[in-house]
Amino acid sequence: MMERTLTRRLTAGLVPTVPYLWLGVLFLVPFLIVLKISLSDPAVAQPPYKPVFEWSDIAGFFSGLDLENFELLTQDDLYFRATLSSVRIAAISTLLLLLVGFPIAYGMARAPERSRSLLVALVILPFWTSFLIRIYAWVAILKPEGLLTQALMELGLISEPLDILNTETAVYIGIVYAYLPFMVLPLYATLEKMDDTLLEAALDLGSTPWRSFWTITVPLAMPGIIAGSLLGFIPAVGEFVIPDLLGGSETLMIGRQLWSEFFSNRDWPLASAVAILLLIVLVMPIVIYRDVEARRLEARP
Amino acid sequence: MNRRLSLFNVTSLVVGFAFLYLPILLLVVYSFNASRLVTVWGGFSTQWYGALFRNQALMEAAWVTLRIALLSATLATVLGTLAALALTRYGRFPGRTLFTGMVYAPMVMPEVITGLSLLLFFVAIDLDRGFWTITLAHTTLTMCFVTVVVQSRLMTFDRSLEEAAMDLGAPPLRTFFSVTLPLIAPSIVAGFLLAFTLSMDDLVIASFNAGPGATTLPIKIYSQVRLGLSPEVNAASAILIGIVTLGVISATLLSKHSVLRSRR
Repeated sequence: MMERTLTRRLTAGLVPTVPYLWLGVLFLVPFLIVLKISLSDPAVAQPPYKPVFEWSDIAGFFSGLDLENFELLTQDDLYFRATLSSVRIAAISTLLLLLVGFPIAYGMARAPERSRSLLVALVILPFWTSFLIRIYAWVAILKPEGLLTQALMELGLISEPLDILNTETAVYIGIVYAYLPFMVLPLYATLEKMDDTLLEAALDLGSTPWRSFWTITVPLAMPGIIAGSLLGFIPAVGEFVIPDLLGGSETLMIGRQLWSEFFSNRDWPLASAVAILLLIVLVMPIVIYRDVEARRLEARP
Repeated sequence: MNRRLSLFNVTSLVVGFAFLYLPILLLVVYSFNASRLVTVWGGFSTQWYGALFRNQALMEAAWVTLRIALLSATLATVLGTLAALALTRYGRFPGRTLFTGMVYAPMVMPEVITGLSLLLFFVAIDLDRGFWTITLAHTTLTMCFVTVVVQSRLMTFDRSLEEAAMDLGAPPLRTFFSVTLPLIAPSIVAGFLLAFTLSMDDLVIASFNAGPGATTLPIKIYSQVRLGLSPEVNAASAILIGIVTLGVISATLLSKHSVLRSRR
């Protein structure tokens, strides 16, 4: 009997231990390594950085660490501009996402009940198809002699080919397209639960539809607006694929900067420092998002 | 509740879904284009599909991607289900806050950081980059998504069923396999499918952790796209879209079927 409870305890103990160890080794440790290497000096070697950790030389290990890479980040205003421009592009995209996503979510919430689950499935379906392919599809549409230009010329709306590809406009279109499901679903979840009698009451009391929208619908949809905005903003700041394929060479974004430090310049310590910089930018939104999500999960019956 | 769709609602739905689906539709249509010029229609043809299957490098990359996705999604499903059980059934075990943080962080962490940090880790422990490093990296990322999917199911289902089984003398392990597991099975399948698609799709993390001899399909597609549009990539994309659409439809039908059966 004693023995059985012991095995039982051991198997029960394994449940949290195995995923805990996995994440500890493959998420936490790698992250600490990034932090360490961001404080190291680059070297022309394989791997291209030093120092490599040696237990026998702990003093040397610590004295080899310095903030040189971060000083480099502050000296060259390229990184500062890349950070600013990432945040700006992500913020504008989030606003566009709200403008595009809100009417769709609102329409879904007002659709007949039996068709709503189909509409939700239709919003999710594109998310399952490859991100890369969905962005790639836009290259063919936006390029100068591409499908959008052809269609608009056919309709006689424009006479000159549109030059959208490799501009910031194309990046906005790509981000809005890629993250639209992330915005629509939380919005829909809050709008669907909304009590319509509130709007009717407001109209009966003489409020205009426009005013009741701002004083009733928007405040009630706020949890969805916040969740959707963060779900769009956070990945957009660190985005690499969209600015690389749709943006021009002048579209500065920090994720792209990290990529080129790593792959083109092979400066691993500097790439690590850029990673830390990107993380610092994102700490606040991520903490807020965690908070909002925790509250949402607790509110659920 | 009688809600009426206004003209504005209908228009926004139509325009919204057209925006979501037109680009994908155009891509599929133009994969049957006879012309080598990707954006000029030159008649119907399936020649690019033939060319695709003769493209040794692309087929090899597809095979590597499929193997990585199957293996990492399986590992991620097991680890993610364990993590979800730990978060919902183990109360406040020591280090729970750190654990929750580690589950949520990879999902919101920009892929470039996850990719870079894992690569630096693999270099530090002297593991050669290739098939296994990509598999380990994908497992780490996707297990967090599985955790969230399974966790939400574990939180909503009726705990009294488990308690009844235990009261009737079933040991915990048996209760898990004969009561809990069948109840959470749909969410485990959904988690597996999500992990599989995320792995098939990933470019950034795979690029950091790929080595000679292990190139995945997204890496291949990305390098071709950078050189310009290619009709073969269109064909490859159309096939992937077809597979995903079929998969999602059959998964939906499957879950509908199981819901009906359980209601009976």
